Amino acid sequence: MGRLRRWADRIIESLLVLDTLLVYIFLYLPIGVLVLYSFSASRYALVWGGFSLDPYRRLFADPEIAPALLNSVIVAAVSTAIATILGTLLALAFERARARLQASVEALVYLPIVIPEIVMAVGLLLFFAQVLRPFFSALGLTLGPMPTVIIGHVTFSISYVMVVVRARLRDLDRSLEEAAFDLGATSWQVLRRVTLPLLAPAILSGALLAFTLSLDDFYVTYFSTTGGSGFKTLPLYLYALQGRAAIPPQMNALATLMLLASVTLIALALLIQRRTRRA
Amino acid sequence: MTLTRIYSFIALAVLGLVGLEACAGKQAPHELHLFIWANYIDPEVYRLFEQEFGVKVIEENVDSNETLILKLQAGVTGYDIITPSDYAVEALIRQGLLAELDLSKIPNFQNISQRFRGLYYDPQNRYSIPYLWGTTGIGYNAQKLESPPTSWADLFEPSRLERYKHRVSMLDDPREALGAALKYLGYSVNSTDPQQIEAAKNLLLAQKPYLARYDSETYDDFLLSGDLVMAHGWSGEFAKARLENPAIRYVIPQEGGVIWTDNLAIPKSSQKIELAHTFIDFLLRPQINARIVNFLRYPSANDAAKPYILPEILHDPSIYPPDEIPERLEWIRDVGAAVQLYERAWEEIKSR
Amino acid sequence: MNARILLWPGFAWLVLFFAVPLGIILLISLAHRAPDGMIHWGISAENYLRLLDPLYWAGPFGNSLVLAALTTIVSLLLGYPVAYAIARRSGPVKNLLLFLVILPFFTNFLVRIYAWFILLRPEGWIAWLLRALGLDLGLLGSPLGVLIGLVYGYLPFMILPLYATVERLDFSLVEAAQDLGASRWQSFWRIIFPLSRPGVIAGAVLVFIPVLGEFITPKLLGGGKVPMFGVLIEEKFLGRVPDWPLGAAMALVLMSLVLLVLARYFHQLKESRWVG
Repeated sequence: MGRLRRWADRIIESLLVLDTLLVYIFLYLPIGVLVLYSFSASRYALVWGGFSLDPYRRLFADPEIAPALLNSVIVAAVSTAIATILGTLLALAFERARARLQASVEALVYLPIVIPEIVMAVGLLLFFAQVLRPFFSALGLTLGPMPTVIIGHVTFSISYVMVVVRARLRDLDRSLEEAAFDLGATSWQVLRRVTLPLLAPAILSGALLAFTLSLDDFYVTYFSTTGGSGFKTLPLYLYALQGRAAIPPQMNALATLMLLASVTLIALALLIQRRTRRA
Repeated sequence: MTLTRIYSFIALAVLGLVGLEACAGKQAPHELHLFIWANYIDPEVYRLFEQEFGVKVIEENVDSNETLILKLQAGVTGYDIITPSDYAVEALIRQGLLAELDLSKIPNFQNISQRFRGLYYDPQNRYSIPYLWGTTGIGYNAQKLESPPTSWADLFEPSRLERYKHRVSMLDDPREALGAALKYLGYSVNSTDPQQIEAAKNLLLAQKPYLARYDSETYDDFLLSGDLVMAHGWSGEFAKARLENPAIRYVIPQEGGVIWTDNLAIPKSSQKIELAHTFIDFLLRPQINARIVNFLRYPSANDAAKPYILPEILHDPSIYPPDEIPERLEWIRDVGAAVQLYERAWEEIKSR
Repeated sequence: MNARILLWPGFAWLVLFFAVPLGIILLISLAHRAPDGMIHWGISAENYLRLLDPLYWAGPFGNSLVLAALTTIVSLLLGYPVAYAIARRSGPVKNLLLFLVILPFFTNFLVRIYAWFILLRPEGWIAWLLRALGLDLGLLGSPLGVLIGLVYGYLPFMILPLYATVERLDFSLVEAAQDLGASRWQSFWRIIFPLSRPGVIAGAVLVFIPVLGEFITPKLLGGGKVPMFGVLIEEKFLGRVPDWPLGAAMALVLMSLVLLVLARYFHQLKESRWVG
C-alpha cells in the first residue's frame, strides 16, 4: 500500500511540474510570436515579410513614443500607488472592523469588477465632460487629461486590490495580532507592525495587478482624456498606429522593447535583492 | 507612517496632479487639433502647413464614426478638425454639433468635383466638404479563387460558398452587411420595408455558418495571410493590400454596391474656427490632396488634384470606378424609425 | 478599530468617481433613443422591457455564462499548481517566477491578440498540426478560440490571488500529516486546499465576473460568430446603430444579476463556519 502511495505521489508530483512548465510555455508562446514578427518587413501584422529591422527604425524615428511611454509609466505608477493604498484600507475595513458594514457598501466596492469596461468608460466620459471639467472651469481652472486618466485607472483598480488583500486577510492567523494586543499595542501599532507585514505578499500581488491593468488599459483611458490635448499612453499610441490602414510590426517592436525594459528592471531588482541579502 | 500621513499623501498627490495639469490643460494659441482617422494624413503635410502658417498641428485619432459621434455628443471639446463620413455628418448636423462653414474662406472649394458637391447630407455644403470617397464591394485573392466574383451571389449563395467555407468574411456593420444582402435581393440599401429587411436578415443567417468572421478592421490582413479568399470591405483597403500582393483584387458586384465619402468638418465647440478654415483650404490644394491620395489609395473628390495623382491610381478601376458604375452605387442613408428594424435584424444575426 | 476611518477614503473615492458615473448610466438606461440617434431624457422602462426578450439571454448570455465558468475552471486547474510551485520556492527565484507570470502582460493587449491571430489562424501552424492529427477544429471564430484567449488573459488574475494565499500557509502542517502517514495528495486535498479557499474564491471572483462582461477578446478572437453579452453591450455604444439606453440597461441588468449571486454567496459564507 505504501509503495502504491509513493508511486501515486510521484505521478502527481511530475504532473504538477509538467503543468507549471506548460503554463509558462502557454504564457510565452504568443510573446515569442510577437517578438519574431517585430522583425517582419511587411506593413501588415499577420504576414511575414522577411527579416528586417525596419519596424525598429520606424519606431525610433517616431517622436510620439517617448511621451506616450512616459505618460503610461507615470499614470500606472501613480494610480497603482493610490489604488493599492485605498484598496488595502478597504480590505482592512471589511475584515478587521468591529462595526458591521452595510451590504450596500460591499456591493459598491465589488461593482467596478462587475461592470463591463465600455460602460465604465462611457460613464466616466460623461462624468468628466458634463460634471467635473465644467466644475473646474467654473473655478477658473482647466482640468487636464492626466488627472482624469489617473482617476479612471484608480477607480477600476481599487476593487481588484481589495479582493486580493481581503482574501489573504481572511485567512490570517489572528493569534499574532491578539498577542500584540495583549502586549499592550494600540490598534494602529498592531496594524502597522503585525498585520501589514503579514499582508505584504498580498499587497504586492494586488499592486502588480493594478499596475498591469493600468499599463494595458485602453477604453477608460481613451474616454477619459480631454479633447485636443494629444495625451497618449502606450495603448492609445498603438491604437493610433493601427488606424484604418494596416497594422505595422512597429507595434510588435514596441512591445518587444517594453518586454526587454521590464526584464532589465526585474533583473536589476533581483540583483539588488541579492546584494542586500549578503549585506 | 501614520494613517493621517497616508491620507495626506493621497490628498496631496491628487491636488498636485490637478495643479500640474491645470496649467497643461490650456491650449496654446498657435495649435490646431485634429481628431481624425489614423494614418490618414502624411506628417509631411503638417510640416508644410507649419512652415507656411506657423501653426503646429496636433493629431489625435479615432477609429470609427460612432466613437467620434459618441465623444462629441458626450461633450468633449478641444477639437478643431474632424473627418466624419457621410452618414456621420448627417447625424452631427442634426445634433447641432458642427460649425457652419464660411465658404468664402475656402477658395479651394472650387476644386471639388461637381459630382461631389451638395450631396444628400449637406446640400449646400454648409457644414462639410467632401474630401475622399470610396466604395464597398468584394475584395478577393485572385490566385485562390477559381473565378473572380461578379455578383453578391458569390458571397451569399451556399452552393458557391461551400468550397470556401470559413474563408470569407463580412463587414461587422449592420447597415453594410444588411445593405449587401438587400442589394443582392434587388432592393435598396435604405429600404424601410420590414419584409425586405427580414429577407435580407435570413440571407445573412444562412450565410453565417460559412463565414470565418465579421470583420471591419483586419480583413485585409487575413486576405494577405491567406486565411481569407474573399472579404466584404472597402475599396482603398484592398488597393493598399494589392501593393503587398498583386493577386489581391476588388470588384463592385453587378447588383451594385455602396458609395461613401469622408468629409472635412469643424466641431461647433472649436475655438479656432478661422484657423480650421485655413487648414481645410490648405488640404484642398491640388498637390496636397494628391499627396494624400497617393498614400491612402482612396479616390479624391478633388478634380484639380488629378494631374498630381499617380497614373496607376487614376487608371485603376477598383479605385476610380468607371463612369457607368455610379448608378449602381447607393449611399447608406438615415432610414428614420426603420433603423429599429435593422438593429433588431442585426441582433438576431449576431445572437443566434 | 473603528471601521469608518479605514473605510472612508476608498469609499469616498468610489462614490464620487464610480457611483456618480454609474448614476449617469442609470439615467441613460431610463431614457429613450429617438430614431435619429438623439437621447430623449425621461423615466421610461422601455429598455428594461425590451430585455425580457429571450434572444438576449439564450445565446449571448448563455455563452457568456458558460465561457466565464469554463475560463474560471480552466485557469484554476492550470493556475493552482503554478501558484503552489511558486509559493513553495524561496528567495529571488520565487519573485522571479512570480514576475515571469505577469511579464507577458507588460507588452500590449492588441499585440498579444494579433500574436494569437497568427497562432490560431486556419492557415497557421497549430491549425495545420491539428488537421494532420485528424482534428478539424475551428479556432478563430469559435468558442474554443475565445476560451483560449480568455484563459490567456485571465490566468494572472487567478494565479496572483492564489499565490497570495498559498504563500503564507503553514506547510509544517503538511509535514506533520505526512509523518502521520498521509500521502501527498491527501495532505494537499485535506489540508492545503481548504486553507487556500479564500484565494480560490478571490481568483474565481476576479476571473468569472469580469469575463461575464468581456467584449474585446470575444469580439476579436470570436470574429462576431460567438455571441457574447458583453459584445452586444459594446455594439450598443460603439456599433453602427448605437442605442445607449438599451446598452446601459443591459449593463445594469448584468451587474444586478451578478451582485445578487455574489450577495447570496457571501451571505452563505458569513453564516457557515470557516475552516478550523
